[in-house]
Amino acid sequence: MKTCLVVDDSSVIRKVARRILEGLDFEITEAEDGEKALEICKQSLPDAVLLDWNMPVMDGYEFLRNLRRMPGGDVPKVVFCTTENDVAHIARALHAGANEYIMKPFDKEIVSAKFQEVGLI
Amino acid sequence: MIPADYDFLRKFLKERSGLDLSADKQYLVESRLMPLARKANLSGIEELVQKIRNGSSAVASDVVEAMTTNETFFFRDKVPFDHLRDVVLPEMIQARAARKSLRIWCAAASTGQEPYSIAMTIKEMSARLAGWRIEIIGTDISQQVLEKSKSGIYTQFEVQRGLPIQLLVKYFKQTGEMWQINPDIRSMIQYRPLNLLQDFSSMGKFDIIFCRNVLIYFDQDMKTQIFGRLAKCMEPDGFLALGAAETVVGLTDAFKPHADKRGLYRPNVVRAAPSIVPGMAPVGLKAAASPVR
Repeated sequence: MKTCLVVDDSSVIRKVARRILEGLDFEITEAEDGEKALEICKQSLPDAVLLDWNMPVMDGYEFLRNLRRMPGGDVPKVVFCTTENDVAHIARALHAGANEYIMKPFDKEIVSAKFQEVGLI
Repeated sequence: MIPADYDFLRKFLKERSGLDLSADKQYLVESRLMPLARKANLSGIEELVQKIRNGSSAVASDVVEAMTTNETFFFRDKVPFDHLRDVVLPEMIQARAARKSLRIWCAAASTGQEPYSIAMTIKEMSARLAGWRIEIIGTDISQQVLEKSKSGIYTQFEVQRGLPIQLLVKYFKQTGEMWQINPDIRSMIQYRPLNLLQDFSSMGKFDIIFCRNVLIYFDQDMKTQIFGRLAKCMEPDGFLALGAAETVVGLTDAFKPHADKRGLYRPNVVRAAPSIVPGMAPVGLKAAASPVR
């Protein structure tokens, strides 16, 4: 079973994302900010990360830059999932190594289309 | 809705658009036509049917339009567009090397996502297609969806279904909450209204036809007829792409499935070959020699 780390400071969003991704046969771990997410990645790298941008302590962008510098950190597919929906943010994310980008609000079809796009489904 | 009205609408839709509704689809007709009746200040479906019976062509075409399913998204099912990039276009680039032109028809273009996906696929291969003239024609029965296609404007939801983020950034411009596909992609496509039930021989010959997820709404006879007419407007070495749940098998011998690419079909050239058997006089000559009746 493939693993996905869901990183978002909203427990409601984490719950919704968990339900959608479990429906797509992913095993889910959760983190509420970038720093906690990095701790989890140091223990074991997931196959995928669904990543919010704006979070306290460490934001998603900072997390991504740290992840990509870790040994093996280039392997997980990172899909941003954020309300930041302008081209400048999208371009920055892609430049930092994001594989896909979801603009909130999202639904099951969008998540599944994006995960399919990066070859996880 | 009274059974007589439902029967009338079934027959009317089948004649007008080919839509083949089974006997148990009243709920679908009601859910699509009630809003239409309200909008036209009519009391309900009974009055709507009465208008059609009295010959109101405006109501008739509104009903056809409301009953047309326009579900679509960018790069729907992904595989057909991989086939286009990896199999169809490379083969066509070789086959048309002298002519350097291609004609592509998107026969149920809906709101434009499919023709634009084709156009973006071609744009991504532009290094190999420099100097080529590529004509993409998108047709649909519904005038309303053609207008949307032409505008190239999509919601945030629509651009997230099937469209890779790199292509969104590359080929779209954000305007408020909406995204509009760039003019250079828009200008690659011509849109025209077309009902597949009517004669389309004036469209000329095509190298590639996408006719996906529209024939599923037609009955067997209509499918067979449409395949026959599609074959006539296709080059003998062309490609036909159908939807994931569609096939030619058991319906026509005008096309045959591609040997190993699912969803792709080629014209059955053996069938179209001139009927000259070695050692025998050509049929035409023989006919000329006999008395004219």
